Amino acid sequence: MWPLLGVGLVLAGLALRLNPLLVVVAGALATGVLAGKSFLAVIAALGHAYNGARFISVAFLVLPVVGLLERAGLQFRAQALVERLRAPSLAAILVGYLALRQLSAALGLLSIGGQANMVRPLIAPMAEAAQAAGSGRPPDEATRTSIRAYAASVDNVGAFFGEDIFVAVGSVLLIQAVLAGQGLSVQPLRVALWAIPTAIFAFVVHAVRLAVLGRRLAAAGR
Amino acid sequence: MIGLPFAYAAAGLVFTVIAVSAAFDRSNRKRWNNAAFWALLAASFLFGDAMGDLGNGIAVLALAVIGGVLGLGRGRQGVSDEEERRVRARRLGDALFAPILAISVATFAGSLFLPHLRAGGRPLVDPAQVTVVSLTLGVMVALGLAVVLTRPPPLAIAHEGQRLMDSVGAAAILPQILAALGAVFAVSGVGAAVARVAGAVAPLDNRWAVIAVFCLGMALFTFVMGNAFAAFPVMAAGLGAPVIVRRFGGDPAIMGALGMLAGYCGTLTTPMAAHNIIPTALLELPPGAVIRAQAPTAVIVFCANLAIMAALVFRY
Repeated sequence: MWPLLGVGLVLAGLALRLNPLLVVVAGALATGVLAGKSFLAVIAALGHAYNGARFISVAFLVLPVVGLLERAGLQFRAQALVERLRAPSLAAILVGYLALRQLSAALGLLSIGGQANMVRPLIAPMAEAAQAAGSGRPPDEATRTSIRAYAASVDNVGAFFGEDIFVAVGSVLLIQAVLAGQGLSVQPLRVALWAIPTAIFAFVVHAVRLAVLGRRLAAAGR
Repeated sequence: MIGLPFAYAAAGLVFTVIAVSAAFDRSNRKRWNNAAFWALLAASFLFGDAMGDLGNGIAVLALAVIGGVLGLGRGRQGVSDEEERRVRARRLGDALFAPILAISVATFAGSLFLPHLRAGGRPLVDPAQVTVVSLTLGVMVALGLAVVLTRPPPLAIAHEGQRLMDSVGAAAILPQILAALGAVFAVSGVGAAVARVAGAVAPLDNRWAVIAVFCLGMALFTFVMGNAFAAFPVMAAGLGAPVIVRRFGGDPAIMGALGMLAGYCGTLTTPMAAHNIIPTALLELPPGAVIRAQAPTAVIVFCANLAIMAALVFRY
């Protein structure tokens, strides 16, 4: 049971809003030591796993491209695009991207969307422009914050509840492999199939919430 | 065979350029901290396998000290004038969208076609890493397009990358270190302890209670680990396979699919997940903003998902 104390330390540190980087590294060291490992062995285990997880940070490769395009005014082109589309509403843009993200993820095209290559350069500026066009003036800071937070949420909800419908994706194969390890054989196709009802429900719930957000901001903007 | 080392070399090069650019950013009074932080990432991508486990572990400690104690700063280097950006945007028009779309198109096309390329009877690209290789190639194509289109001064490429990396700050490395934390949890026996607790808490003679504890356990353990993939093996071995499937005759595919989705509801609400950390940093949002936007959806979908599992798992 001792290692659970390390988990508790991490949660307590984050709840106290201590620096997350320090909390996580200290939590890892504490958990390993509580489990009876030597200090150096825990550092080595942490380093080994860190080195094996580098693929996570490869996503930052995109940033110089995004930066160059922002320097060239991408944000203003996104605004112009929204105006040319005869000013779609904030909700229309976000629900449209939710549908696109979820459908493409369900077809296995998880890498088409993403926070770095779609939300920051395109979706968030378009959503802000739609809000500005609707209310006739640029959104204030609090409104911008909630628009951008919802833009990020759309990418996550769409990806999570889309990817499980695709047969050859990591999560379905992981479920199959774990259950095989427990002596249970399942067809990947059936795992993917049974993810559909929840996926549809998640789309409806988030789309309704985006519509509510659009109405709330429109009412506040008047 | 082209695989992860190719993508890591590209990322190492980008972080090297960013580190050098950060070192020259005189408007940032903590520029040496930023430079050291990005240089450690560059070293990890370029020489990580040669650094040894202990070397990498010490690099993690150094990142935590630089990022968590000394702190990174932000300068004005690379921040461009809004009016200039407006003028450029008018001149360049919709062509500006091309590089961004090129990343998606090239990644997609690469995932489709690269697996079929062969060299000397062996696949040219590592089949397991096709997506990462395609993304790297896509970024190269997009960078080329962006340079041709916008004709920036050469230093602007470095400055822009550094500007965005500095705006993300030390949070950039958190997802990768959280993944390492998950691995330390695993070798320290956290999973086994959680499975014991879940087994002790669940009233094992009531099938509905077992389903509820299984789904709640998936969401809570995912909340702690930041990743449903770490929670599923634990909960499936603790409750899913032995109790829901073996004792009560539930369908393993439904248990697996809906159990994983219950975990995703946990991902939407946890500050431990890369999916919430990266957009918070990239969009320059206050902590918790992304989670607050997602939490109501997560709670409602969790309840519906639990009801769907209860309705279906013993029927098929």
